[in-house]
Amino acid sequence: MLSKIIPEIGHYAVILALLMAVVQATVPLAGAATRRPLWMAFARPMAAGQFLFLLVAFACLMASFLLDEFSVAYVASNSNSMLPWYYKASAVWGSHEGSVLLWSLMLGGWSFAVSLFSGRLPRDMLARVLSVMGMVCVGFLLFILLTSNPFRRLLPDIPADGADLNPLLQDFGLIIHPPMLYMGYVGFSVVFAFAIAALIGGRLDAAWTRWARPWTNVAWAFLTVGIALGSWWAYYELGWGGWWFWDPVENASLLPWLAGTALMHSLAVTEKRGSFKSWTVLLAITTFSLSLLGTFLVRSGVLTSVHAFANDPARGTFILVLLGLTVGGSLLLFALRAPRVNHTVGFGWLSRDALLLINNIVLVIMTVTVLLGTLYPLILDALELGKISVGPPYFNALFVPLTTLLCIFMGLGPLARWKQMAGRELFRRLLWSALASLAIAAVAPLLYDGEWNLWVSLGLAIALWVVLALVRDVFDKLRNATSLAAGFKRLSPAYWGMVLGHLGLAVTIVGVTVVSHYNVERTVRMAVGDSVELAGYTFVMRDFSERRGPNYIADTATIEVLRAGERVEIMRPEKRLYLARNMPMTDVALRPGLFSDLYVAMGERLGDGDWALRIQYKPFVRWLWLGALLMACGGILAVADRRYRRASRRARQGSAAKANGLEEVHA
Amino acid sequence: MKRRLLLLIPLAIFVLLAVFLYQGLSLNPSARESALLAREFPDFELSTLADPEARVDESLLEGQVSVVNVWGEWCPTCKQEMPQLLALADHGVRLIGIDYKDTRAKAREFLTTYGNPFEVNIFDPDGTLGFDLGVYGAPETFIVDAEGVIRYHHTGYITPEDVERVILPEVRKWRSQ
Repeated sequence: MLSKIIPEIGHYAVILALLMAVVQATVPLAGAATRRPLWMAFARPMAAGQFLFLLVAFACLMASFLLDEFSVAYVASNSNSMLPWYYKASAVWGSHEGSVLLWSLMLGGWSFAVSLFSGRLPRDMLARVLSVMGMVCVGFLLFILLTSNPFRRLLPDIPADGADLNPLLQDFGLIIHPPMLYMGYVGFSVVFAFAIAALIGGRLDAAWTRWARPWTNVAWAFLTVGIALGSWWAYYELGWGGWWFWDPVENASLLPWLAGTALMHSLAVTEKRGSFKSWTVLLAITTFSLSLLGTFLVRSGVLTSVHAFANDPARGTFILVLLGLTVGGSLLLFALRAPRVNHTVGFGWLSRDALLLINNIVLVIMTVTVLLGTLYPLILDALELGKISVGPPYFNALFVPLTTLLCIFMGLGPLARWKQMAGRELFRRLLWSALASLAIAAVAPLLYDGEWNLWVSLGLAIALWVVLALVRDVFDKLRNATSLAAGFKRLSPAYWGMVLGHLGLAVTIVGVTVVSHYNVERTVRMAVGDSVELAGYTFVMRDFSERRGPNYIADTATIEVLRAGERVEIMRPEKRLYLARNMPMTDVALRPGLFSDLYVAMGERLGDGDWALRIQYKPFVRWLWLGALLMACGGILAVADRRYRRASRRARQGSAAKANGLEEVHA
Repeated sequence: MKRRLLLLIPLAIFVLLAVFLYQGLSLNPSARESALLAREFPDFELSTLADPEARVDESLLEGQVSVVNVWGEWCPTCKQEMPQLLALADHGVRLIGIDYKDTRAKAREFLTTYGNPFEVNIFDPDGTLGFDLGVYGAPETFIVDAEGVIRYHHTGYITPEDVERVILPEVRKWRSQ
């Protein structure tokens, strides 16, 4: 009967973690203010203890799921004894309470990581950073204990079995998508904490940006992967073959990503050139605020969404208060403490500084666009001007020109020099890239299906422009080296990270462009023996059968796919009925490929045993997610740069970071 | 001093946003009272989805209680809603569809794929009827009584729970009057 007290242990561990977070949030901060080393020294052990107890709590919740402890309300409503064990484990974050616990665990994890890897930070800085993170954690742990306790019991009437995990979430993509996304969201708390600590300490030199950059990159990489996984999940799980719906929940993750992307670039300018100081601090606050806002939007239910999470006004109010304190407090601090005089370092309008400024402006406009589109219905409603829904037409109409603009400058950025550059030199270096990208993009659609399409050409042109400009830059840098190997060695991981990141975006743009315009889709009625032609493939219906899974029954169609008379694949789409919730689900059959996917989903059963099927040919759809992966790899690779370790040593000696000649080649 | 005020702008924007978010909490996005409640269904004359030559008008909705559902092939949530509409049809509820801002070919394909619970589908390619009804997006659902008066308005997706808890009781209520 030991298993019966596991949830109590978990609950207790959350309380202990909260107490440690309270100490972490207050004592080191007071120590930094009054210069007491002993008080400041509280920060690291508290961060470790808090992480440990959150880990215990999380393990207890997972154990409750694995042991079918249906006396726990959260387990009873999100699990079932027939659920396979891996879905039992991932059901921990399948709904609200567990998600918040996972959020807090990750916040604890990031705090712990900061305390481990920032040993070279000045003591007072570390104390302040960990205190700020402790404050955020206090907020979230209070949120858990007061409104969303995952360990709440259903006593004395313990249900015999659970209501099962939502079948939409019984899927591999959903096992890893939320943790990745949360790692990104929560990861931005580190750069936020650095910015706040710098404001509190009045040390708004370039040093804090140098410490914060690797953390920002890692958080951004996680968020990138998280968003890509979400899109991939929607693609194969929802059965419509769409990969982005401009849904409020998706937008909630895109907002911090856009702001975070702007932040990464602005951090680079502040670190290298000492300019944009206040702006960078503001972006750091904004990025994390948008992460919190995303959590609020998803968890409070103020917006309706296809994701349709359960919601509760008490929780919404609590998160809003938390949001108000965190964001309002930070922005107030910003207004009071941001540098009074901007030590503007002059730069010409054709320089990397200026291009990065444009990058920031465009990205911020994109962020505001998404924010407005997401909140506009809510604001109109609050003003009693009625309800509207802002759909894909709004977002697409604004995103295509904005992305184009962003990419035009993205091509120029890496080749431009800091401070000032002669326009003629830039023109000379990029002329061929520009001409080649325009020429290839104009011809490529003709090669694909013989019909010229302006939008495809535009999409390919901007992607090629980004790639060819990069190629030119890499080529120029390697050419000056004595040998190819020496050239590669001279270029830093940070540089290669930038190359990969930009390349990733280009790959994603190609994917978006091609799949949006050359997608072929047919809905057909099929009986056994029928065949359908689509994009050079023949789909022959061989058989319909029934099958029983662990917690569902399924109708399966067996389809033979032929190309030029030869069999290439047997596809088995299913229509499942999940028994515990009596919920029908479409299980898509996919034939993935680097250049095209075949996508078959079952619709409804029609008369005479026929079925409606939706068959799609999706060219280049994988490039969407491949590009995102490249971007994430770029973000991680840049962290490997030796400079960050060297830099922190130098920072300890009290010297502010100054760009030197060698760093000219860094991003 | 002037610059200090400038630095307060982000805070001001946030406070404004927070006020809206706070108001948003007390609003239920799907249970909005329609301005058209207890009014007659607007006049219209449109063709049906099945037959471009046929003409239907507001008299279609008189004589018995109908559930009018605004949908479109382009609307992903409508696909999720179809099982609930089919269930309503199984309960003997008369369903009238308004195929909103759609093309005939796509709409027919949609009904073949997801099933057709509708007795008649009014074809509204330009959204004129939708405009008169004050529709903001699909799906939206109206319950119209036997006199052709709008009695209930549901914005957004009808969940499986809504079928039992809201729609069926409302239909019964207006039938008995």
